[in-house]
Amino acid sequence: MENTQLEKILKNYQYQDFNLLAILQDIQAIENYLPRGTLEELAKRLDLPLARIYKLATFYRAFSLTPRGRHLVTVCTGTACHVRGAALILDTLERELEIKPGETTPDREYTLETVNCLGSCALAPLLIIDSKYHGKMLGTKALSLLKGEEKDVSEGS
Amino acid sequence: MYLKGPDELERLRKQVIEGKKAEEGQKRVVLCTGTGCRGAGALEVSEAFQKELDRSSDIELKRTCCHGFCERGPITVIEPMGVFYQMVSPEQVSQIIAETVKKGEVIEDLLYKDPKTGENIRYEKDIPFYMRQMRLVFGHNRLIDPTRIEDYLATGGYKALTKALFGMSPEQIIEEVKRSGLRGRGGGGFPAGRKWENCRRAGADVKYVICNCDEGDPGAYMDRSLMEGNPHRVLEGMIIGAYAIGASEGYVYVRNEYPLAVQNVGIAIKQAEKMGLLGENILGSGFKFTISINRGGGAFVAGESTALMASIEGQVAEPRAKHIHTVESGLWERPTNLNNVETWANVPVIIERGADSYSNIGTEGSKGTKIFSLVGKINNTGLIEVPMGMTLREIVHDIGGGIPGGKKFKAVQTGGPSGGCIPEALMELPVDFDELTKAGSMMGSGGMIVMDESTCMVDVAKYFTNFLRDESCGKCTSCREGTLRMYEVLDDITKGKGREGDIELLEELGWVTAEASLCGLGQTAPNPVLSTIHYFRDEYEAHIRDKKCPAGVCRDLITYDIDTELCIACGKCKKECPVEAITGEKKVPHEIDQDKCIRCGTCMEVCPEDAVKVQ
Repeated sequence: MENTQLEKILKNYQYQDFNLLAILQDIQAIENYLPRGTLEELAKRLDLPLARIYKLATFYRAFSLTPRGRHLVTVCTGTACHVRGAALILDTLERELEIKPGETTPDREYTLETVNCLGSCALAPLLIIDSKYHGKMLGTKALSLLKGEEKDVSEGS
Repeated sequence: MYLKGPDELERLRKQVIEGKKAEEGQKRVVLCTGTGCRGAGALEVSEAFQKELDRSSDIELKRTCCHGFCERGPITVIEPMGVFYQMVSPEQVSQIIAETVKKGEVIEDLLYKDPKTGENIRYEKDIPFYMRQMRLVFGHNRLIDPTRIEDYLATGGYKALTKALFGMSPEQIIEEVKRSGLRGRGGGGFPAGRKWENCRRAGADVKYVICNCDEGDPGAYMDRSLMEGNPHRVLEGMIIGAYAIGASEGYVYVRNEYPLAVQNVGIAIKQAEKMGLLGENILGSGFKFTISINRGGGAFVAGESTALMASIEGQVAEPRAKHIHTVESGLWERPTNLNNVETWANVPVIIERGADSYSNIGTEGSKGTKIFSLVGKINNTGLIEVPMGMTLREIVHDIGGGIPGGKKFKAVQTGGPSGGCIPEALMELPVDFDELTKAGSMMGSGGMIVMDESTCMVDVAKYFTNFLRDESCGKCTSCREGTLRMYEVLDDITKGKGREGDIELLEELGWVTAEASLCGLGQTAPNPVLSTIHYFRDEYEAHIRDKKCPAGVCRDLITYDIDTELCIACGKCKKECPVEAITGEKKVPHEIDQDKCIRCGTCMEVCPEDAVKVQ
């Protein structure tokens, strides 16, 4: 991240360390992950030990310390999705992409993630590809979506 | 427009209402664009309407948030007729405009069809899903575009604030909330008025109020929908609470996975500030109160009050011991009163209606209404608001429309990962705080996940324990290791490696985890395990002794077989099987090689004849 960009974020939060969570969220929103170099620079600017920043960055689920793939594939594993078969969809995707949740394919094409619940339970089980919602998912349907063979109508925010 | 006093607020309200009256008969399309309906394509529908309406300026498009009936989204109401259309797609938009909006003709295909009577229903109020509800807190969502404060004013918004600021002393407000019997809707059910009173009594120059919108329970989304759909009501509750307690600063802590809630509450705060409903000298009363937003980092434990406060302070969300209560020393060691979204949203109702009227609703120990998210194996997924004390049967069968696919009901899980599973034998249970606790579960924030005969209760226990293992902050050994050990034992049981004595071991582990952990997460962590052992012990025993999963879920204990009578030899399963375990030629029923089969369920999914059976 450019130093000027970081500066802008910090200024927005008055260089206050109690805003660290929000600062990290803004960095991740731009970079898609938390780059080590940026965190080191952040530690310097806020005069904080790097460990204090890493403590937050590794505690909260929202953060990733490694670059994520071009496509973000998220399986909702909330309870409603679980009882309607989310585990089978996750397994199918793990098998197809040959990665576990939280990992990125070696070609940086896909990152597979799970989310605890997005509150769109009427669409359960739910698969989100690059923030597009695909409801009433099936393993086979998930594979065709990945391959771009199927266009789902239920696309949202 | 900056409002200097309550009379100016009333003048503005009069103007807004008169404006609305003048519009009576106005052709209007009300479209739900809350997160649930967005997932079902509401934004595309909205775009299609916008395009059509650009050509006829006498028709208004009003975008609201959640109406509750998420199963049937995107939901549209056509005014002034009030016709309720469901599952609307962009392709149907021009027909809706041409026939219903312009000519007043009803399109039968878009109406809700009652599955019991087969009749089409025209109006929301006549749909069984809505008929039995009492939408005290949630009902205004459908009248409000959350980005327009005027819509909130038209429903009587900020009237309670005026009443509180100019007609009541802080002590009177607290007394009113106490008498109303309002209990915290976030989980524990602590009496809100008593909490406020303790916080008011705590001596300090600076105090805080916090709104907890870090709704972490999977399967519960009522707080999000309130915050998205009617943010001013939550803010109004917070302002009244702050005035009663003597706090000058407030925080809304909201999940970052809820972008629309973050956005709408942000807009609402700005509008309230601009009108003098937040900030210095609110409505000329001399009372000062500001609210800022914190976005959560995606940690379930942050829903615990002390952990949430640590998170606002920029720390990791670890709870602390509560020998000193947060109402005395909370955020930055100042007295802090935290309530969740739904609790705050109840406050304006109580102040405006009065405690007596409010406490007429509900049961002896639980007053008012409760919003539940009814999800899982249920026909009508959605958010419902009912008076406390309604039976589970009424909720699941009358409102929820029963179980899909003619399957048999097995249990309702309430209270999220801290709660438990309630079996069919307790269907007549009147749902309130105390009855749920007595049944070994809890109210929690109001998630209700319905399970049918094809849900394995050991798998459900494993699911929640895995969730808690993952979300335990790790501070207490009992919680960190207890949830891990319980998970390992459950994992073994579901894989056919269960042993005699495992059930007793789980009970012992559960007891220690609950007794020795600091916060609510650890203290309630064994509930999913203990309640399923209590009500569904036979399922555990089938896994352990017979190495069978009666519900056909646990992969190591089941086999897929093709019913040769039903198989039409279409070859679909053979083509889709990822491990080439299926053999069979044209016109010859197919077969599964059990040694190769990885039990992924693909064949069952693609079979057009339901010929693949699981055992």
